[in-house]
Amino acid sequence: MKGKPLVSIISAGLSKFGRHTDLCAREIFAYAAKEAFMRCPRLDPKRDIKALFIGHMGESYEHQGHTGASIADWIGLLNISATRTEAACASSGVALRSGIFAVLSGLADIVMVGGVEKMTHRNTDKVTEYLAMASDYPFEQWNGITFPGLYALMAKAHMHKYGTTEKQMALVAVKNHFNGNMNPKAHMHKEITIEKVLNSIPISTPLKLYDCSLISDGASCAIITKPEIAKKYTDKPVHIIGSGQASDTIGLFERNSFTSLMSAKLASKKAYEMSGVNPNDIDVAEVHDCFTIAELIAYEDLNFCKAGEGGKFVESGNSKLDGKFPTNTSGGLKSKGHPVGATGIAQAYEIYLQLTEQAEKRQVKDAEIGLTHNVGGSGSTAAVHVYRRD
Amino acid sequence: MAAECEQCGKKHLPPRPICDNCLSENFKWIELSKKGKLLTYTTIYVAPNQFKDLAPYSVGIVQFEKDLKIPGMIIGIPEDKIRIGMALIIHFDSIGSQETWHEWPRYYFKER
Repeated sequence: MKGKPLVSIISAGLSKFGRHTDLCAREIFAYAAKEAFMRCPRLDPKRDIKALFIGHMGESYEHQGHTGASIADWIGLLNISATRTEAACASSGVALRSGIFAVLSGLADIVMVGGVEKMTHRNTDKVTEYLAMASDYPFEQWNGITFPGLYALMAKAHMHKYGTTEKQMALVAVKNHFNGNMNPKAHMHKEITIEKVLNSIPISTPLKLYDCSLISDGASCAIITKPEIAKKYTDKPVHIIGSGQASDTIGLFERNSFTSLMSAKLASKKAYEMSGVNPNDIDVAEVHDCFTIAELIAYEDLNFCKAGEGGKFVESGNSKLDGKFPTNTSGGLKSKGHPVGATGIAQAYEIYLQLTEQAEKRQVKDAEIGLTHNVGGSGSTAAVHVYRRD
Repeated sequence: MAAECEQCGKKHLPPRPICDNCLSENFKWIELSKKGKLLTYTTIYVAPNQFKDLAPYSVGIVQFEKDLKIPGMIIGIPEDKIRIGMALIIHFDSIGSQETWHEWPRYYFKER
């Protein structure tokens, strides 16, 4: 078996993703936490959990900051050490890594990590504005450049440099909607066709409505501990064997390349090196498909294929459920949904299900090694983790 | 304009008060050519509230010198005539799009 465990996941939970008209963020999170607690009857949360790290991007949505304390209270962990992490759409990928720091430091043996966002009660214009706060203010936001806009700038550059097509991008959406249709917790349960994607309304050319992930409400969590005590709490822990995080310029325009994310390349290099895993060992991956082009770039940055070949890679079927690199079996951000703060650990939740053979219709056979790739903003942050089953 | 560090020579666009390369606080202003090359672009149809009245509008990233690039709106060129690699010039004026956002002097990219 590859990879010495850094920490072990003993349980995980995920709320339904979608539109929760009658719940606020802390209430949604309580559903994710309840699932994690119920899955792990040998754990006494009030006694055992010593710290909480919660990814949450925006206080603007609910006019509610100070997420750490409010979440801790609403899940019965009042008075615990509770900390919010923020790195835009990578907020909970970073929460997971912060939890790993806490366990490895020896200060907290059992830690809850999670993420939450409540977005759908705001209209699309407002959400577009709030999400754009994760980009450079004076040059990008001030010139009216939205998040779809930033990824559209990457898409145009990728198309120009490598000949990537809108149809290849559409294939990502079709694949992820196919997978999401089998995920009961996904926001959208609807298979789509290439034509549907290509004929959808323009958002920021070349990206169209169906190239974009969903504005969703949702929460995710995982409970992690030291590998040597994990079996006390569960017979089937999932081990995290590699963790990498890196940052890059806040402005996309300041970078040398618009066709790859240096942060994701560096984070994955660290995670691969730490785990002793190489890309060919990955049995199942959840990658940050905030836009279809982002998944093509992820294949390249994670070395599933060479730079520029992401379009051909999706065409080959390699990233489908029955392919060599099943990617976004959950439906990804595209179909499962993208409550931004929850996304990083929602990815970890899917890998947890896959590696404990609980992914039902979308189960990858004999999955042993998994990977998550969580990106913040236009790539100003990336967190990559590698997992293996016990 | 860009700022050139007087200690290490690194050029900064946008300028910074402290050089990230050598920590010097001494800079001189250098004037860049108004002509640059378009590296990538997009046309935005769904805009934030502050820019809604302008949509659809095109934006791009223009390079003036090696490592000196800024993003901005491209005006006066139809979407289907914009090409990566085309020469654009920067044009300055002082009209903001919405009074609710800070009234900074604006710049645009144009063909001539």
